[in-house]
Amino acid sequence: MPHPPTSTIRATKLLHTAQGPQRLDIDFQWQQGRLLAIYGPSGAGKTTLLRILAGLTPTDSGFIEVEGETWLDSSRRLNLPTQRRSIGFVFQDFALFPHMTVRRQLEFALPDPNDNSIVAELLSLMELNELQHLRPAFLSGGQQQRVALARAIARRPRLLLLDEPLSALDDDMRDKLQDYILMAHRHYGLTTLLVSHHLPEVFRLADEAILLENGRIRTQGAPADIFAASSLTGTIASIEESDGSFAILIQSLHGISRIAVPKTEAAAWQVGQQVSIKILNLSP
Amino acid sequence: MIDWQPLWLSLRLAGLTTLLLLFISIPLGYWLAYSRRRWKIAIEALVSLPMVLPPTVLGFYLLLAFSPSHGFGRFLDRYLDIRLVFSFPGLVFASLLYSLPFMVNPIIAGFSSLSPNLRAASRTLGKSDGATLVRILLPNIRPSLITGAVLSFAHTIGEFGVVMMIGGSIPGQTRVASVAIYDEVQSIRYSLANQYAIVLLAFSFLILLLVYLANHHFNHAKTLP
Repeated sequence: MPHPPTSTIRATKLLHTAQGPQRLDIDFQWQQGRLLAIYGPSGAGKTTLLRILAGLTPTDSGFIEVEGETWLDSSRRLNLPTQRRSIGFVFQDFALFPHMTVRRQLEFALPDPNDNSIVAELLSLMELNELQHLRPAFLSGGQQQRVALARAIARRPRLLLLDEPLSALDDDMRDKLQDYILMAHRHYGLTTLLVSHHLPEVFRLADEAILLENGRIRTQGAPADIFAASSLTGTIASIEESDGSFAILIQSLHGISRIAVPKTEAAAWQVGQQVSIKILNLSP
Repeated sequence: MIDWQPLWLSLRLAGLTTLLLLFISIPLGYWLAYSRRRWKIAIEALVSLPMVLPPTVLGFYLLLAFSPSHGFGRFLDRYLDIRLVFSFPGLVFASLLYSLPFMVNPIIAGFSSLSPNLRAASRTLGKSDGATLVRILLPNIRPSLITGAVLSFAHTIGEFGVVMMIGGSIPGQTRVASVAIYDEVQSIRYSLANQYAIVLLAFSFLILLLVYLANHHFNHAKTLP
């Protein structure tokens, strides 16, 4: 079976954050049809990464190729304008047009105004039929989010970019809207990049996740592999040495655990000391 | 008996100036609101200069520039057969400069008050900058456009110093209402001056009333389905 097309982004940019200048330096790939979550603390550069993909934020240097089409190649001075990149973007504040009704927002997004069959389809898929003649000011946050999602999909983009679309909503609403995102992603066979700092959301939605920290990618893989963590608390029962390698034995509720440690660290431990060990799998 | 010609001339001058200013100020305001060039601050300062400059200073330099006995004015007169001193077109040109900040500044404020993501969203939907301006940005800064138009109109009606310097007081050509009032007072015909003044006063009040009504209506329309 042939592999689905792969897309690539490599980009560097100097960011001016509240904590001072920070370098964004990213390089990753994703496959068509996947839902990829970009997870990390605020200020890690998640939104900037999405805006770079959309062509809304310039890079210092970079290369973007999406399903065989080059969008950015700074070495060849090639930079496709946002309008010509096949994307749908859901902004954190939704960016709905205040003067347009729900239906008009979707119609505005169509590449060909005569071919508007997708509007009716999206209105019913997102359960917006009864709201279609209202302007955004009369919609709740959850309803606005659905409109923003429908509008982003209306032009049938190759790449759907979601910038923390659920951060403004309460937990109940969050759960419901996650369903809408999943449904749209599957129904239209989209490739979706979702920025999030909400771990349950990443687990629920994403096939794959990227952990972004301080402008760099720490790891990429299935959410369960990246984030599955457990911890062990107990007392050091003894410290062993054999053939120059060190290990500490920790007595806990689960019995005795033996953990190898580097020689340099072994000297820092003492028998009888209380320790807590976090087990994090960062390499899928 | 009141001569309606100066009042009619004032209305024509203000109407034409406002219309032309709308066309000039939308692209200029767009550029000033969104450009990242550093030197745009110099342009901003230049645009606002007429707000602080004595009108006679602006009028004086325009008079020098357009006088047929000097370089630029002579060029206009000799090769293009355009004479801007003591003429209605000259008044329109001077009014454009004089009232420019009253149109441009509200428009800049309007653009700046919109979420930057509106423009970005329109781009991600494949729309050109021109389509974004006409279909997304302008409809959402309508109150700023109305404010700018009314201020420019009122400011042009009230213009006196610039008109005196570059236009003089030629009946039917440059003798606008504010100049007519001055002339009547000079000739100690206070009751005639009073008639012009009262018409201007009532007219100005009426315009502002209409604008406030329109804005009130607009704000209400936004909160009702």
